[in-house]
Amino acid sequence: MRYTTVQNNQTIPVSQIPITSYDTFFELNAGFVKDSAHRHCVNYFGYPVDGNITLICCIADDQSHEIYISSCQVEPTDKLPSLVSEFFCFERFEREIHENFGIKFTGHPWLKPVRYSHDRKDPLQTMANYPFYSILSEELHEVGVGPIHAGIIEPGHFRFICNGEQILHLEIQLGYQHRGIESLLLHKNKLSERVQIAESIAGDNVVGHTIAFASVWESLCGYRTPRELDFSRTVALEIERIAVHTGDLSAACTDIAYQLGSAVFGRLRTPIINFFQEWCGNRLAKGLIRPGNNRFPFTPALAHQLLDAFDTFEPDFNEMHKELFKMPSALSRFERTGTLSYENALSIGSVGMIARTSGLNRDIRSSHPHSLYSELSHDPIIKHHGDVYSRVQIRKQEVPQSIQYLRELMTRVPDYDQDSEPLGSPKPDSFAVSLVEGWRGEICHCAITDAKGELRFYKVKDPSFHNWMALALAVRNNEISDFPICNKSFNLSYCGHDL
Amino acid sequence: MLGHIKILYHQGKQFIPDVTTAKVPGIFRGRPVLSQAKVDVSRLVDLCPLHAITADPVRLDLGKCSFCGECARQFPEKITFTSDYKIAANERESLIIKEGDNGPVKINPLKVRKEIHHLFQKSLKLREVSAGGDNSCEWELNAANNVQFDMGRFGIEFVASPRHADGIVITGPITENMAEPLQICYDAVPDPKIIVLVGTDAISGGIFADSPAIDRRFFKNYFIDLYIPGNPTHPLTFINGVLDLISARKS
Repeated sequence: MRYTTVQNNQTIPVSQIPITSYDTFFELNAGFVKDSAHRHCVNYFGYPVDGNITLICCIADDQSHEIYISSCQVEPTDKLPSLVSEFFCFERFEREIHENFGIKFTGHPWLKPVRYSHDRKDPLQTMANYPFYSILSEELHEVGVGPIHAGIIEPGHFRFICNGEQILHLEIQLGYQHRGIESLLLHKNKLSERVQIAESIAGDNVVGHTIAFASVWESLCGYRTPRELDFSRTVALEIERIAVHTGDLSAACTDIAYQLGSAVFGRLRTPIINFFQEWCGNRLAKGLIRPGNNRFPFTPALAHQLLDAFDTFEPDFNEMHKELFKMPSALSRFERTGTLSYENALSIGSVGMIARTSGLNRDIRSSHPHSLYSELSHDPIIKHHGDVYSRVQIRKQEVPQSIQYLRELMTRVPDYDQDSEPLGSPKPDSFAVSLVEGWRGEICHCAITDAKGELRFYKVKDPSFHNWMALALAVRNNEISDFPICNKSFNLSYCGHDL
Repeated sequence: MLGHIKILYHQGKQFIPDVTTAKVPGIFRGRPVLSQAKVDVSRLVDLCPLHAITADPVRLDLGKCSFCGECARQFPEKITFTSDYKIAANERESLIIKEGDNGPVKINPLKVRKEIHHLFQKSLKLREVSAGGDNSCEWELNAANNVQFDMGRFGIEFVASPRHADGIVITGPITENMAEPLQICYDAVPDPKIIVLVGTDAISGGIFADSPAIDRRFFKNYFIDLYIPGNPTHPLTFINGVLDLISARKS
C-alpha cells in the first residue's frame, strides 16, 4: 500500500500511514490530482521527526468521499523534485515546507517565503527584503499598496506592475498577521486555551475553524458527537454564512459607490449576528462551540426567534438584491470584471465559494459531509463566469439556500441530553483530519499525537491559503481602479493565511 | 428610482436614537460583578484560560478577559456578567474589577490630556491599524459606522490616511511582522494625537500574550489614551468609550 484512506473526521494510528520513498510519494500524489478535477490537495505539510522531516499529503476525492493520506521521510538538506512541475496546486505548500525546514524543491518556480513565521528556518529573510518579481521597462510602473489599507481591514501588501491603468501582474506579500497559532496550540496544554486559539484563527470565520478544531479533538478522543451538538454546529455554520455573505453584498455595493445597497445589506447583517448574541452572548459566536460540551443548547424558543428573524429579513433582502441586479450602473462594474477561468481555478487548487464561481464544484458539505449535512442533501450552487458578478451572485443565492436549510432544521430541534458521555483524552500516536465547509470554503485541520496522547503537531489550513493566488490571477488585464471590487468579491482571510 | 423610494420607505429609520442608553439584545457579557461569596478560589483562578482572574482579593482584569463566560458558568454565585457595555477606561487599573465592586467602569477626567476635549470633542478622525487582529474587532469597528450605530453623527470617523488622522486605533496583539508598519503609521499622524486600544488582544495580548511571534515594545514608548475591552469589542462599547473620552475634561 502506498497510501491509506480515511473519512472526514476519522482518527487512525500514525503507523497506519505508509512511509514510502519520495519518488513513490511524488508519483502517487501527482497521479491523484493530474487530470482529475474531483481530487485536490487539502493539506500538504512537513513535521520534524528525530532530525528528519516527515511529509504528509492529504488528497480529498469528491467522488468516493474519501481522503487519501500518504507520507515520506526526507532530510532537511534534501533537494527534491518539485510537484509543481506536475500540478501547480502544490506551489504554496512547497514554499511553506521550504520556509519552515529549508528543504529545496528543484523545478519550483520560486521558493519565496510564505508568511515569515517566527520559527522559520532562515531568520535572515525578513518582511523588508521580500523578493518581489519585477519587470524592467520604461513603459511599466509599479504600484505598492499596504500593508495598512485605506479601510478597516487586515494588513497585507499588494505590488502591482501596471501598463498605464492596466494591471499586468499582481504579487501579494502576506505574513504581517502571523501570530504563531500552530506552535501556540501545542504549547498551551489546556483544552480551554486551545479552543480559544482556534476561535482566533480567523475572527470572521469563528464557527468554521472552531468546528474543525472540535471535530479533530473529539475524533482523537474517540468521542461520539451527540446529535444536538452536530445540530448546533450545522445551524451555527449556516448562520455565519448568511451573516458574512450579507455583509459582503454590502461591501460590494460600497466599492461600486452604491450607497443604498451598502446601507441596506449592512444593516440586514445585524439581526443575523444579533441572533448569535441571543444564543451565546457574542455577535461572532465566540464561546459557542466547545469540544464535547454543549454550552448553549439550541432550544425551541431560539428556533422561533430565528424563524421570526428570517421572516423579517427575507422580504428586505429580496427587495434589495432585485433592485441591485437590475441597475445597469451596478452590472457594468460587476460583469466581466476580475475573471478567474475554470482552468486557472483548477490548476491552483482553488476551493470553496471561489472555485464554485468558476464552475468547479468543490463543497465539503456535499463531498465530505460532516455534522448534519448528509441529511440536508446539499446541492452546491455553481456559477460559471468566474467574474465579480458570479461572486456577488453566488452570495445572493447561497443566503436563501442557507435560510431554507435552517427552516428545515428548525422543524426538528433535538432534545438536550444532559447526561452525554464525557470527552475523555486523545488517543496516543494518532492522526486525525477534519474538513469543514466554512463560508469561504474548505477548512482543514490535522493533528498528530505522541505516545502519551499529547498534541505533537497541529496543522491548520484556511481556504484562503489556496485562494490568494486566485485573486492575483483574476485581476490581470483589469484596470487598477477595479482592484477594490475584485478584492472585496474574494474577501480572503489575511490572518487565516498567516496564522 | 421608484424602487429605491420603496426600499427607503420599507427600511424606515434604522438608527439607534440614543447610543448611550440603548439596550443590547439577548445575553450580553459586559461588565462583570464579583460577589463576596466564598468559593474555591484556586480552582477559579486556574479555570480562566487567559489568566484574567487573580486571588486575594479576587479580581478580574477586563484587559485580559476574553468574555467567554466560563467562570460565570462554573461559579455563578461568585461572578455574573451584566449587560453593561460601557467598559472603556483611560487607566489600565480601572479595567480590574475587584470583588464587591459594583460601580460602572469610568474614565478618569483628571488623566485625560487637556487638549483632547478642546481639539477633538466635535471632530475626531481616527486611523485604524490591525496588527495581528483576527478581523473580529475590525468587523465591529466597521459596524460602528453602519446606519444603525452611525458613529459619524458624533463627528467620529475612520480615515484612510494617518496624515488625516487625530490618532490611531490599534487592534490585535501586535505581531512581530506588523511592529514596524505600526510605528511608521503612528509617526505619520500629526501631533497632538491619541492612541486607542480596542479588544483584549490589543490591551494585553490576550491569548497570544506569550506567543514568540508578537512584539509589544511599541507600548513601552507611548501614553495610551483609551482602553476599550471586548472580544470583539461591541460597537456600543467603542462609541461610548470614545465619546466619554472626548467629553470627559471640559477645562
